Amino acid sequence: MSTNIAKTNSNARTKAKSFFKSPARITLLIAGLFLIISLVESITGAVDITAPGTSGATLRFAIPLLMAGLGGLWAERAGVINIGLEGMMIVGTWTAAWFGFLHGPVVGILAAAVFGLASGFFHAFLTVKIGIDQAVSGLSINLIAAGAARYLSGIFFPPVGGDRTVSPPVETLPTFTVPFVADFFKSIDEKDIFFISNVSGLIYGITRDLSVVTVGLLLLVPITSWILWRSKFGLRMRFSGENPMAAESLGINVYRTRYIAISISGMLASLGGAYLALVASSVYREGQTAGRGFIGLATVIFGNWKPSGVFAGSILFGFTDALRVRQADSVMALIMAAGIVALLLSIFYTSSRRWKPASSYLAIGLIALWINQRVETIPQEFITVFPNVATLLVLTFLAQRLTPPAMAGMPYKRGSE
Amino acid sequence: MSNVLQVVGVEKRYPGVVANRDVSIQIEAGTIHAIIGENGAGKSTLMKTLYGLIKPDAGQIKIFDKEVNLKSPQDAIELGVGMVHQHFKLADNATVLENVILGSEPTRFGFVVKYDEAREKLIEIAQNYGLDINPDEKLSNLGVGERQRVEIAKVLFRGAKILILDEPTAVLVPQEVEELFANLRELVKKGLTVLFISHKLDEVLSIADDITIMRQGTTVATRKPDKTNKKELAELMVGGELPKPKAGELKISPDSILKIESASYFRADGRQILDDVNVELHGGEILGLAGVEGNGQSELIELIMGLIKPASGSVEVLGLDAANTLTREIRNAGVAYIPQDRQRDGLLMTAPLWENRILGHQFAEPMAKSIWVNKGAAIQDSKRVVDEFDVRTPGINVLASALSGGNQQKFIVGRELTGDPKLIVAAQPTRGVDVGAQAIIWEHLMQARSRGAGILLISADLEELFSLSDRIAVIYSGKIVSILNPAKTTPEDLGLAMTGAKSA
Amino acid sequence: MTKSRLFWGVVAPTAAILNSLFFVYIILKIRGVDPIEMFKLMVSYGFDPRNLVSEINQTVAYYMAGVAAAIGFKMLLFNIGIDGQYRMGAFFGAVVGAAVNLPPVLHVLLIILVAMLAGGAWAAIAGYLKVKRGVNEVISNIMLNFIAAAIIAFLLSPNLLGSLPEGSQNLQTNTIPKSGRMPTIKAFEGEIYTFLFIAILVGVSYWIMLNKTIFGFNLRATGLSFRAARASGVNAPGMIFITTVLSGAIAGLVGIGTLLSDTHSYSMAFPSGYAFTGLALALLGRNHPVGIFFAAFLWSFLERSAPVLEFEGVPPEIVIVMQGTIVLSIVIAYEVVARINLRQQQRAVGTVNAENVKETK
Repeated sequence: MSTNIAKTNSNARTKAKSFFKSPARITLLIAGLFLIISLVESITGAVDITAPGTSGATLRFAIPLLMAGLGGLWAERAGVINIGLEGMMIVGTWTAAWFGFLHGPVVGILAAAVFGLASGFFHAFLTVKIGIDQAVSGLSINLIAAGAARYLSGIFFPPVGGDRTVSPPVETLPTFTVPFVADFFKSIDEKDIFFISNVSGLIYGITRDLSVVTVGLLLLVPITSWILWRSKFGLRMRFSGENPMAAESLGINVYRTRYIAISISGMLASLGGAYLALVASSVYREGQTAGRGFIGLATVIFGNWKPSGVFAGSILFGFTDALRVRQADSVMALIMAAGIVALLLSIFYTSSRRWKPASSYLAIGLIALWINQRVETIPQEFITVFPNVATLLVLTFLAQRLTPPAMAGMPYKRGSE
Repeated sequence: MSNVLQVVGVEKRYPGVVANRDVSIQIEAGTIHAIIGENGAGKSTLMKTLYGLIKPDAGQIKIFDKEVNLKSPQDAIELGVGMVHQHFKLADNATVLENVILGSEPTRFGFVVKYDEAREKLIEIAQNYGLDINPDEKLSNLGVGERQRVEIAKVLFRGAKILILDEPTAVLVPQEVEELFANLRELVKKGLTVLFISHKLDEVLSIADDITIMRQGTTVATRKPDKTNKKELAELMVGGELPKPKAGELKISPDSILKIESASYFRADGRQILDDVNVELHGGEILGLAGVEGNGQSELIELIMGLIKPASGSVEVLGLDAANTLTREIRNAGVAYIPQDRQRDGLLMTAPLWENRILGHQFAEPMAKSIWVNKGAAIQDSKRVVDEFDVRTPGINVLASALSGGNQQKFIVGRELTGDPKLIVAAQPTRGVDVGAQAIIWEHLMQARSRGAGILLISADLEELFSLSDRIAVIYSGKIVSILNPAKTTPEDLGLAMTGAKSA
Repeated sequence: MTKSRLFWGVVAPTAAILNSLFFVYIILKIRGVDPIEMFKLMVSYGFDPRNLVSEINQTVAYYMAGVAAAIGFKMLLFNIGIDGQYRMGAFFGAVVGAAVNLPPVLHVLLIILVAMLAGGAWAAIAGYLKVKRGVNEVISNIMLNFIAAAIIAFLLSPNLLGSLPEGSQNLQTNTIPKSGRMPTIKAFEGEIYTFLFIAILVGVSYWIMLNKTIFGFNLRATGLSFRAARASGVNAPGMIFITTVLSGAIAGLVGIGTLLSDTHSYSMAFPSGYAFTGLALALLGRNHPVGIFFAAFLWSFLERSAPVLEFEGVPPEIVIVMQGTIVLSIVIAYEVVARINLRQQQRAVGTVNAENVKETK
């Protein structure tokens, strides 16, 4: 009897899942979401959400988070939590700026990759080989990286025109504007047609003044996906995080797999730092990473340990960051949009007779609209911690839906049962 | 027909223990060969030897008529021997296909997994052997029976010709057992050979072509199912004679100290563990609980100790409703608890002995003095326990982990029997201890009984059960199937009851 | 056995400190300065009476963080949320302290109580999530640290609970009146916070609670073996929650010494980073109240004496690297010692292994 009920439930879930999975439907959903936002914009007059500047800034804010997130993903998929992402990002900012200053930005990025790899390898050595607590190792790396960066800045930067906390400026990397496409969408954006211009503005924002680095780093999302689900190493890496005992019983070297994955984790986080120093700005500055490594950790959870999810999470968090900097009013419009989406979802679930999600979405929608009506502005501080709050809420209320690697964070010794 | 697997005179010794001696089996190609025996009869050691996990000290193993020297499971797999473990080694957050191919993935250029090819191969295997599995299903959506099929597919995918299944039915419900058997019949029809370990007689008689019985580390006989019966098998498993009960005057008091009425319990995943259990125990009586492990004994103990609540029915311990009483109150009322897994449940391994004396008694005098730990009393009483129970230790400040298993157990028994408990829940009280320690523990349990305590003795050791118990209840798949009088019970009665064969 | 534990308890931290000193020695050598000379400079500067006073005051704050972390460690909890808990404690202590008027001693006690409640309540969120929702406390606490900082930054805005004093850039709470302040002891041209005595009291209570009371026994038992504690009648999940709250309550006191004896108001200038420091000190001091004290003093000594290196052209941040190295060295040392012990035990009780084999049917 009970098995039957469970089956029906899982059927309903698979159906809902496949609904969200089909690419056409996803496009449709995003378009719908955008329609709502455009609508809200035209009602409230908050034009910044879809302004080209916002989408460009979103991308700039999102890339470092994305890299930290992918770094966290690689480590956790292999079974080790990387709290040291923040420190590894610092490694990236410093080495990119210093070597960039000496030998040009390309060398800077390469240096960040190499030193990031080394810092990841260090974390792997401590947690896999020696077997110390993963959190202690990560936090120590954060501390040592921060201290070392400041120590080295004090020695190297002042003599060459920098400052104790700021490096001398580095040559910028080439940017390009996607020919025709950008111009085309720009012209439409300026025509101010409802919805269509909004979409165009967004596309224009992300196709002009695009850095080569940005494109390269964005490619790491599909590459990571491909490695995880298409390559032999990816399969073994996932099993190292899910059930290392099973992997080992089938002759897989879990230690080696983890070494490689965690080293790459360090490299990715470090590249995120390099982006901060070389693309988002042109100097190393003390405190430049500003906790982005930890938000990267949050995007991993938020993105349910999937590259596409991490991407979505970092775009969302980057977007709120961009709005915070640009125009706080837009946040209210966004809350209104979120409220409308929640209400629509509630209707969707009501129609498929799933009362529990229907009622919770109804509540969320009503609360969002209430805030929109009653509260004048959302304080800056809360927008800043939106990623943290969102992650905590996800962990609290959607924990059953999350599928973290089963053994991530657990100590594992070779040959244990 | 030829023998695909031959074992001759295999022996495996550990310091002080002979796990296998003089083990010999001949297994014919294309048959299902069952190996049955009690807990500790040496079945698992033999299986691990065949799978390359253990190296035997003597004897020879021939696979496909070739003498082999297995160093690791990989060697065994290469020779065509595959093992389906009782505890599955699978990852929930991956598909069936991924779980099956891991470690022997077909690849292009050495790093791109050819998932399509692998999927086709798996589907072919599944169709060929009648295994109902969907390669792209997530493992977290599968039940136990389906998971077992994935494990079987994993072994077949690697080209195994001989399958070893370690107690495959222990985790299955009857319907799933039928499906498994259908699968196994299909496998042998296609020419594979199956080695099947069990202790359920009905199952073995219905599925096996040959049955080998093991007892006390050795193979005692091989029978064809149509030329034997449950009675004979039960007797072969249990041995010729049962130990005689210890003479001792019986002073059973009329009032019951433990009364379980139609209690049932379900695990979180919905599986029923206890089914309408009724047990009554009086003061001055030892009630033995016999049964193969994993038939609900642990849960029954947890019910009594108030660690879990029954789904229905009632558990009354010393007049308290255990379901709604804190464990500490049950203990304070006079219940002693000797847990089955002493290192996990009975001791703080990295704490000194005198602190371990407090454990479980920290909520009452003399170990507690209002909110304070009474260190003086703990030290003093630890010394007494060490003396009285002959615990071999350099002192009471050493960590519990420094003691040998037998001495740890003596310490726990000594601790729990302190202060004249009214009810003693003793699970495997002498497991893994030497003969001397066993005698001491038995002696003290008998003394507690004559002082009027009621004892629930859960044991896999038949000698212990028959020597000590006044009555023996037999538990099988969550039910009390019979209550026996040890003085009048024959080995086959007990064997039949424990293996779920009901009465013949 | 206990003797060897004591031995390792002293040897391992010492070895860790020496190891990182050696590391710093090499770095300084590379910089081209005489390392021994630098160490001498630091010692003479650090033990200068004027600096000693501020070191002691800083030690008090670090000590609280260390004890808070140690309580968590006893339960295998990694309380990285000390930062948020300390902020909540200091902030609400300051706000309530400034809002009421009470007789002197009572006023101070109220502030301390509020700080503990606020820190404990904030930690309770992580405790609840761990026990009821199975959320890893490291992740939730990292998030909670950021959220706590944001909430306080928001509440500090001028139209709410904060104000911007003239000539300052830091928003701060209203000033606590005289009755809610703790006196200081004048020593060497400086002033030592009398909160020092509260810290000592906390250290002593921590030790007594842990080693002498039934509650402490249950706490340790749950940390050593969840299952054994549960079987012995302890409400083990409840203990985890209570321990989290307790750790947070102590963390709430981290900033109180400064608040009551120096600033008398909470401002954005209150430093961060106490969580990692607390965890490091508990590790270094092996969760022992005296050990943590020495570790805390070492930490503040390093930090206060480092600026002298500046004059010799060595950036003082070298001590941050040193601190990180000490922590890594100490955990590696413990891990290595644990492995050696395990190997010795295995050799000593080879027969037990045989018995275990027999048990695994």
